[in-house]
Amino acid sequence: MNKFAGRGVCGGVAVGRISVFRRRDVQVKRIRVEDTAAELLRLSAAKEAALSQLREIYEKALTEVGEANAAIFEIHMMMVEDEDYNDAITEMIKGQSVNAEYAVAVTADNFAQMFSAMEDAYMQARAADVRDISNRIIKCLGQDMSEQHTADGSVIICADDLAPSETVSLDKDRVLAFVTAYGSLNSHTAILARSMNIPAMIGLGEEFLSAINDGDMAIADGSTGELTVCPDEEALAAAREKQRAESDKKALLQKLKGKDNVTIDGRRIDIFANIGSADAIGSVLLNDAGGIGLFRSEFLYLENSDYPTEEQQFTVYRRVLESMAGRRVVIRTLDIGADKQADYFGLDKEENPALGLRAIRLCLTRPEIFRTQLRALYRASVFGELCIMFPMIASTEELSEILDICADVRKELSAAGMEYAEDTQLGIMIETPAAALISDRLAPMVDFFSVGTNDLTQYTLAVDRQNPRLERFCDTHHEAVLRLIEMSAENAHDNGKWIGICGELAADTALTERFLRMGIDELSVSPSYVLKLRDKVRSLDLSGGGET
Amino acid sequence: MKTFEYTIKDELGLHARPAGLLAKAAKALDSTVTVTKGDKTVGADRLMALMGLCAKCGDTVTVTIDGGDEAAAEKAMRDFFEANL
Repeated sequence: MNKFAGRGVCGGVAVGRISVFRRRDVQVKRIRVEDTAAELLRLSAAKEAALSQLREIYEKALTEVGEANAAIFEIHMMMVEDEDYNDAITEMIKGQSVNAEYAVAVTADNFAQMFSAMEDAYMQARAADVRDISNRIIKCLGQDMSEQHTADGSVIICADDLAPSETVSLDKDRVLAFVTAYGSLNSHTAILARSMNIPAMIGLGEEFLSAINDGDMAIADGSTGELTVCPDEEALAAAREKQRAESDKKALLQKLKGKDNVTIDGRRIDIFANIGSADAIGSVLLNDAGGIGLFRSEFLYLENSDYPTEEQQFTVYRRVLESMAGRRVVIRTLDIGADKQADYFGLDKEENPALGLRAIRLCLTRPEIFRTQLRALYRASVFGELCIMFPMIASTEELSEILDICADVRKELSAAGMEYAEDTQLGIMIETPAAALISDRLAPMVDFFSVGTNDLTQYTLAVDRQNPRLERFCDTHHEAVLRLIEMSAENAHDNGKWIGICGELAADTALTERFLRMGIDELSVSPSYVLKLRDKVRSLDLSGGGET
Repeated sequence: MKTFEYTIKDELGLHARPAGLLAKAAKALDSTVTVTKGDKTVGADRLMALMGLCAKCGDTVTVTIDGGDEAAAEKAMRDFFEANL
């Protein structure tokens, strides 16, 4: 038994035999040709063949991964027909009397280098597209067109890397999982694997390829990113158990997907998902969440070695909003502090970080960081249904200060001729007892509340959540906390505002009925809890009156 | 010859998709259309060259129309930029 660790890009466990994906090596030699006219004819036939392959791939992608993801292949077709690209190839064949394969390969290098040299990350990534189409033309120039795929039955595909066109070209019904040595989480291939919902993992490193053989038994676990080659009985049993649990979940999904979150007596509630990075959107959609109730923006800062730029942030926010296609997305502004920080913030060590310079306090102390994030958020707001949420609010004064900054940022964007959605909602976390107690004053100032029960509990009960010896004193169902939530809900509704819960308590089905009775409008939980919660809501009947 | 200036509003700039559409639209015209950014001028019917301009949101490009029915081509190009970029 041999284990390799990579990064999971699409969850699910696959058990099966390995098939090593070998592309026909594109080895190009420079050969002198006498009859350049004949060589140009070969080239044009190969281009036609490449185009018709791409047309097929495009059609396949349209049905399997949708128009937005398929568009890349339309661009590929246009690249094949691009005049400058073709002129360069033709000139080279005629001028230097070389074979078409060589002319295509050299031209591909030149164009790919042009894209790689650009400052823009998006344009740099286009270099891979130029190489992909060029390799396709070169293959079409050869006689043997067949890409190997001989293994019987369904297999786990292992490769050094897969181009988007290769991923889509594989017969989806025969692929149990994708495993690659390289690749990035944001590559088209990762995105395609997710939209095809096939377990996939990347970045296992070169050495894994030399340790596997066609036909080896393996377990590919897309949720952990681990590949187990030649597993023992115990590992196989565990994997099968995991598969069973997954299929139970699928059954629950079949039963509940598309169903309303409504009690027997007709009370509705929104069930949204909490996520910590844009990569989790796949599981949000898979679990049929109605929106995103908490998108923690910290990862943008924690994964970076310097402050993320407005453009970097904008790109991520836009992607999240577009992927959610008009469903509500609540993005929480930076919640970072002395216990959770990136070095470049240069924060002092604090005696009592939970009560320290964190979240909104940090943003108000360093408004330039805050403004950059707000500009990125507002600019992204036109791409979906955005709500901006501020953490750790304790007073009306700090909230006024925040709202002033927001108004200022909007003015700045208007002056620069940049668009933003006028109806972008602004809301706050209720996670300090102070905020709950003055929620009657805070509610008129905002569009919504969302209760962060983890911090609210720790601050209300004066119990450090990180200290395991305090566990028995940390009663998560403490009446004091529940009353603060109830009070906030009443004050929100008296002011015509909505209120959600996004902390851990939201997923606690023992409290679902109580929350519904309080009139909570939205519960936001980890994607994997969405359907369990829906199941619970649909089993409740509030018409009886009393609490259970 | 007719020219007009246009400031790109699309957040991603002149990226692959609109560049592809522009190349298609420019090919359909009988005028010669070029796009200039800074000191670089490229044919509007050339996808990779257009992408090579690396024109971003906020950048101003100059569109030049030469030959054929210039008035109609100018209108077509103006409409195209407004609608797609």
